[in-house]
Amino acid sequence: MMNEIEQEYLTFLLDGEEFGVDILCVQEIRVLSPITTLPNKPDYIKGVINLRGVIIPIVDLRERFAKQALKYNDQTVIVILRDQTAIKPMVVGLVVDAVSEVYKFSDKSIREAPDFGNKIDRCFIQGLASHGEKLIILLNSQTLLNQDELYHL
Amino acid sequence: MSIDLAQFLPTFLEESYEGLEIMETGLLNLQSSEDDSIHSIFRAAHSIKGGAGTFGFNQVTEFTHLVETLLDEMRDGRREILKSDIEILLQSVDCIRLLIDADHNKVVCEDESISNVEGLLNESLKSSSTDTQPQNDNKSEKTQSATDAQSWLIDFTPQPHLVQTGNDPLFLFNALADLGELEIVCNTSELPAFSDVEPKELYLSWQIKLTSSDATEDDIREVFEWVEDECTLEITLLTNDATPNVQEDEAVNNETQEQDPEVQSTQPESEQSSKQELAEPLSPNTITTDTNVLTTKPQSAIVGKDKASPAKAKPDVGSIRVGVDKVDMLINLVGELVITQSMLSELGNDFDLSKVEKLTSGLDQLLQNTKELQESVMRIRMLPISFAFNRFPRLIHDLSIKTGKQIELVIKGEQTELDKTVMEQIGDPLVHLVRNAADHGIESTEVRLANGKSAKGTISLNAYHVGGSIVIEVNDDGGGINREAVLNKAIEKGIVEPNSSLTDAQVFDLLFEPGFSTASEVTDISGRGVGMDVVKKNIQSLGGRIQVESEPGKGSCFKVNLPLTLAILDGQLVRVGTEVYIIPLITIVESLQAKAELINRVSGNMVLYRLREDNVPVLPIYQLFNLEAQCTEIENALLVVVEFDGQKVGLMVDDLLAQQQVVIKSLQDNYQQVDGISGATILGDGSVAMILDIPGMITMALKQAQVAQKATVNNNVEVV
Repeated sequence: MMNEIEQEYLTFLLDGEEFGVDILCVQEIRVLSPITTLPNKPDYIKGVINLRGVIIPIVDLRERFAKQALKYNDQTVIVILRDQTAIKPMVVGLVVDAVSEVYKFSDKSIREAPDFGNKIDRCFIQGLASHGEKLIILLNSQTLLNQDELYHL
Repeated sequence: MSIDLAQFLPTFLEESYEGLEIMETGLLNLQSSEDDSIHSIFRAAHSIKGGAGTFGFNQVTEFTHLVETLLDEMRDGRREILKSDIEILLQSVDCIRLLIDADHNKVVCEDESISNVEGLLNESLKSSSTDTQPQNDNKSEKTQSATDAQSWLIDFTPQPHLVQTGNDPLFLFNALADLGELEIVCNTSELPAFSDVEPKELYLSWQIKLTSSDATEDDIREVFEWVEDECTLEITLLTNDATPNVQEDEAVNNETQEQDPEVQSTQPESEQSSKQELAEPLSPNTITTDTNVLTTKPQSAIVGKDKASPAKAKPDVGSIRVGVDKVDMLINLVGELVITQSMLSELGNDFDLSKVEKLTSGLDQLLQNTKELQESVMRIRMLPISFAFNRFPRLIHDLSIKTGKQIELVIKGEQTELDKTVMEQIGDPLVHLVRNAADHGIESTEVRLANGKSAKGTISLNAYHVGGSIVIEVNDDGGGINREAVLNKAIEKGIVEPNSSLTDAQVFDLLFEPGFSTASEVTDISGRGVGMDVVKKNIQSLGGRIQVESEPGKGSCFKVNLPLTLAILDGQLVRVGTEVYIIPLITIVESLQAKAELINRVSGNMVLYRLREDNVPVLPIYQLFNLEAQCTEIENALLVVVEFDGQKVGLMVDDLLAQQQVVIKSLQDNYQQVDGISGATILGDGSVAMILDIPGMITMALKQAQVAQKATVNNNVEVV
């Protein structure tokens, strides 16, 4: 038997689907605070917020994944991702509908994602995992934290 | 168990560059007045030599040794301080700088200037030995007698237990020094490996050369009388033709080296510098030991206190020296902050409404503390402008030789403080301005005399604070700028239409056009017409301005206006729709309410507003940034007129809010450059506001206008 490497994932809801990101990349979860918009930027870039003196951009993941935009409510949260491995880590805030759970998945239980059509860029998907009845889409934190990919340069 | 010397290398380099600056400043002062700067020059040279030896910078050691020898003779008054020697020494400073770089990169420096200067030094040294010109009387006696003096060679090898019997070689040398001049070489070959060192034992021996007119062998023996049984002593008389005291060095391996194992551990690496020179034999204040070179900083450790404290030769050294007073103040303030914090949290533990007043006062205190703390932290980055000014005495000195003009440099306000980053970037533009002033500004001596001016031209550098910015003036009392020549040149170059009437300020502004030079001949100092535009660009990139004032026959003044720091900006808060933006105050010319009769609509969407004699294009921010604004009609709208690079633009805003200082935060740290935005800041309520990038907005507007124009042209074509 091979050693199974288990990793923890934070999951959140987006338009009824559950997504997961590597928990090691999650710096914190914040309630929505007022966002300052940036001029002439795509809709999914909501603007920037002040996170204890650091200015970080906010991306609406619904709109980034070309889903129907939702009016923000008191459940809406911002998941702050931070690339821990980089020397000069990039920080970004993702607006999601709600955070859900923390699950442990082993490498083996993650399956390759089938083709979703073009609703979500394939590059963001790391794989699929199931927890009981639920199917969770695991996102690739490396591409999420890649400026070129995330901001669609 | 050797100390890893590599860790001291950056310190050595930094201090050597500082030492070179001290030497340079000292040498320049030496010309004007005789003071004790020769001692500080010597000390600086000596430290460099010592350090270089320790770090194996052999090229530096050898070269500096020559310099030091020359300096030593000057210091003792054995040599008159001649202008030509100072010139050689100044060149040597440059050479040492080159050599340090070369040694640091472990290459052999092949710059021919070094061998040239080395030749000059040697020549100068040779001539000195014969034509010694005694300078002061009590020395002259000694020196003259030294010429017919006898030289004794004393081999002194003490037994290891010498110090245990209470004898100290230092006292012996002291007594010998009373007999005549000494030259001592220490022999460390008997020194055992560190692990075998017995701290109480003495492993050293000395070879002493005594030059004295009246000392006899008996006199010398008398000195050693008490240790005769504990040493091997050989005394030989040298013939007179041996080179008389090249150096009056005294190698004092004072007793600390036999007794202090820590010092001894550095010995193996530092054989070069084990020879230690003393000014007057054994005067304690000039003793420099190895340990000094390694661990203690020169007297200029407190920046800003010491006027002679040197600028760093390498501005890219990523460290900063901060006065202890500034750090103390910070610590005090942090202490205060901690007290306030604990007071507040105690208050929060059991809070009821009766304590509201206490809470507000606590919060006030917190506000005060944070403000002071912020100011102090900003002050750490502030350095006196003398760091930038220090290089100018040398520059003027060189320029006056090159141009053959007599130029005096006056520096005022060198204690004015300026942010380190700004300082580093303003150096080159200032050098350019000063060069220009020396080359074009100041007239030749004949012309000056013919015009009834003093033969000596004056260039003055002046720095002072005005509001939140610093003003640096470069003045010269030369011929002033020839308005006609500038104008003609501009017409010739096609920059200006012939017959156009320009104000003086506009004419002088032409000097900053690319490729503009009115100097009739190109010199190697300046006049190639590259530079003034770069100067202006550099200053503008720092958020500053440059102005020129000039009066024919009286001189010119270049005024550079710079923000004190790049981290904080004075801003005007404006509102557009629901967004708050910040316009850098320095760019704002005025704010006004648009009057309908002054509005001109030209082709396309372009709106011009007549502001006195100018037509200012109006830039609606809401259009540029695709926002929903309250006020979309230009009539009665609020216009903030900003200027960049001579181009005025009226920004249309909904409302003018407060003016305040804002801390600039970068957007690029986590995001990317945004067109029209230079950065962001955090306002008092914690929200983020964007700082407008005026030049960027102007380019954006131009682009949009071009696109719009093309679109209309295309439409028209289709219609046709």
